[in-house]
Amino acid sequence: MDLKSKLEILADAAKYDASCASSGGAARDSRDGKGIGSMEGMGICHSYTPDGRCVSLLKILLTNSCIYDCLYCVNRASSNVRRARFSVEEVVRLTLSFYKRNYIEGLFLSSGIIKDSNYTMEEMLRVVRTLRNDHDFRGYIHLKLIPNADESLVTEAGLYADRVSVNIELPKPESLDRLAPRKNIRNIRRSMGRLRATIEEAQAERKTFAPAGQSTQMIVGADDASDSAILETSANLYSSYNLRRVYYSAFSPIQDSSRHLRLSDAPLMREHRLYQADWLLRFYGFGLGDIQSAATKNGMLPLDIDPKLAWALGHRHLFPLDLNRASREELLRVPGLGVKTVERIVASRRVRALRCDDLARLKVSLRKVAPFVILPDHRPTRLSDRDNLARLITPPQPEQLSLGFDVA
Amino acid sequence: MRSILLGGEADFTGWRDHARSLILADVPPEDVSFVTQDGAPGLFEEASHHAQPQGETEFRVPRRFVELAEQAALHRDADRFDLLYRILWRLRREPELLELASDPDIARLHAMAKAVGRDIHKMHAFVRFRAVVTAEGEQFVAWYEPDHHIVEAATPFFARRFTNLVWTILTPERSAHWNGAELLFGPGATRAEAPKEDELEALWLSYYASIFNPARPKPQAMRAEMPTRFWHNLPEARLIAPLLAGAEERTQEMIARAPTKPAVRRGAKHPDPAAAEQRAEAADDLLQLKREALECRACPLWAPATQTVFGEGPKNAPILLIGEQPGDQEDLAGRPFVGPAGKILDRALADAGLDRARAYVTNAVKHFKFEPRGKRRLHKKPSVGEIRACAPWLEGELTLVAPKIVVMLGASAAQAMLGRSASVMKQRGRVFDLPGGRHGLVTVHPSYLLRLQGDDERHEAYQDFVKDLKLAVRFQAKQA
Repeated sequence: MDLKSKLEILADAAKYDASCASSGGAARDSRDGKGIGSMEGMGICHSYTPDGRCVSLLKILLTNSCIYDCLYCVNRASSNVRRARFSVEEVVRLTLSFYKRNYIEGLFLSSGIIKDSNYTMEEMLRVVRTLRNDHDFRGYIHLKLIPNADESLVTEAGLYADRVSVNIELPKPESLDRLAPRKNIRNIRRSMGRLRATIEEAQAERKTFAPAGQSTQMIVGADDASDSAILETSANLYSSYNLRRVYYSAFSPIQDSSRHLRLSDAPLMREHRLYQADWLLRFYGFGLGDIQSAATKNGMLPLDIDPKLAWALGHRHLFPLDLNRASREELLRVPGLGVKTVERIVASRRVRALRCDDLARLKVSLRKVAPFVILPDHRPTRLSDRDNLARLITPPQPEQLSLGFDVA
Repeated sequence: MRSILLGGEADFTGWRDHARSLILADVPPEDVSFVTQDGAPGLFEEASHHAQPQGETEFRVPRRFVELAEQAALHRDADRFDLLYRILWRLRREPELLELASDPDIARLHAMAKAVGRDIHKMHAFVRFRAVVTAEGEQFVAWYEPDHHIVEAATPFFARRFTNLVWTILTPERSAHWNGAELLFGPGATRAEAPKEDELEALWLSYYASIFNPARPKPQAMRAEMPTRFWHNLPEARLIAPLLAGAEERTQEMIARAPTKPAVRRGAKHPDPAAAEQRAEAADDLLQLKREALECRACPLWAPATQTVFGEGPKNAPILLIGEQPGDQEDLAGRPFVGPAGKILDRALADAGLDRARAYVTNAVKHFKFEPRGKRRLHKKPSVGEIRACAPWLEGELTLVAPKIVVMLGASAAQAMLGRSASVMKQRGRVFDLPGGRHGLVTVHPSYLLRLQGDDERHEAYQDFVKDLKLAVRFQAKQA
């Protein structure tokens, strides 16, 4: 099989992994080296595909053959998709020639499990070892770790990779039992726990081990987990394993799907709402309970409005807030105000009180914030009188904003 | 009105020098304008004709202003240098001006700096090199059209990244060339001067088409990050229209098509790696018990935890110590008492004359119970029900280890052994009989010592703890 066909098969097989971040690695460049590559903190998205996802890394599998039979996975053993396998040299050559032309920031290498965990991990390590040692490649590397691989292999992986990840796969362990019977939640979580311990130990001893930390991914919509349950798992994972990111991947139709799993259109808006809620948890001071209170009785976040607005509508008694007096924490809860805007408001109002036209210059949408804030020249009508508020401040067509996939 | 001719579109240094003199000469912004192109000769004043500063020769501006101004100066807006001068002028009278992000001038400054920063970032992202083989070897050449005057600002990045390559970036206004040692800038170029193709682009296009998921088209999100004005210089962009056009059909076909008959894999069946481990462990009943406990789901604590933390120690240890439950570190490591409380326990055991390796150490509850709080986990006390659910494992350990004495560390351990709540402080300091012919002793949990504030208090509590442990050590020695 020629390289082009292999690339088509093994990129197609890798696209269900949402992570494409290339940020957070140790800063470096090639001025004192023999090869190519640099990392300057911020990740770079070199292109975007029409699914709105960024192309930052060459994201491929080493092989799409797999001994596991996870029902949601295009590469499962019982699927009849075409199989292919890259040689180590092919991956190295593709990575270097793409990188030299400025197509990518680096490599995201994953693999189906062939033979056993250690064999697979060892094959992946041969690729990154060659890139780093033989070619002095200083670009970004994200390695998917195989749960259960020996500790020595994981340690070596962390030496070469900027980021490592183990996928939690599904929001509920019971779903994993059902849909991926040979995967074991204990192995997955143990691997994540071991990674956190190793990363912290390396930091304390100033040694190199996956400086961009670890991340994970959950498939949304392949099981019956509610948004509330999904976010509970996220909160658990962030607190337990110091993850940089939890990625949510809307379960989308795959080639040659399993007869045990019904396909339908990918729940893209749901995925988007989960990312928004995740952001509120991590950057806006929302607790899990706050987010869950924005969900409906069956634990689902509304699709027509964002979770922050949903929360605010459920907590009308806390509004309106005086924009010139409210604390930073309170302002972060105002629908329509982002983290940076809140910082600018707090800095500006020290100089003088802000009015409506000031907000416009700060690029705040007055339409969105008006019902929730008081300004010297604006006082909203009573919120409780406006049952149709959600409709009033939400444009009829919900926007599909992309939340910077590249923020670590 | 004076007009000042700067040395080029990106001549921030020139602007700064002029602006300094003008400020010191007290020239108000209404009386001066900066131009970057010599359009009408004779209108411009030479730099040397500036009024000489009188009195004051130095003034300071916030570093933040210099950073923002340096970036905003690269904006294509013809008025940018006048804006910068006006802000500089105002800054002397309104020292807090920069904080006022909503001021019209400051808002514009921020917007310009942001646009330039974004343009630099996009150049780092969207430059596409094409390989050219020359007599000196492989070289890389790109054609690119930035929105602002950023070539000098954006290209050192490529020199750091591709230090060991020879490359050239051509743009309409400026060109940049890295010869392997030095970054050189020259005049602008035309697209015709750039290479037309690169064989490798076919692979890049294959990758781009294959990594696209037709089941989730989001063209607006793509356009927000990769505006159409960049497309004509991105080789992959020519695939966007055909990919989008075929997406819906491909998706519906995947949904509609019936699954094929599952593939039956020929060749060796892959044995479950756990099976071999199981056989090895079957010989050892304590390991066997542990293996069963690893899969325990008798109470809800298993799901949020990393793993079951089973006891550890020699099978016929004379002393068996029971704590409450694993903590954060134990949950990660899968071993009891390896965190801060474990360190105290080790030391106290040594001070009591017992090597930790000779004791069997376990917990009343084998999963970590916690509440997520941001990046941390807060310990939560296990309920009586959870202690009860875990009792069979503890009973199994007690039976198999058959220790001479059981040391209960803290209230939860006492609850597990006695089946009722007990006051640690009242019960401690004496060996008593337990059901089933066992002997026990209650003392504090080592984490209690960690929570004490005063040094004296902690020292005293530690001594009491060691005293209790000594009692247990002496008791088991007598039994031997």
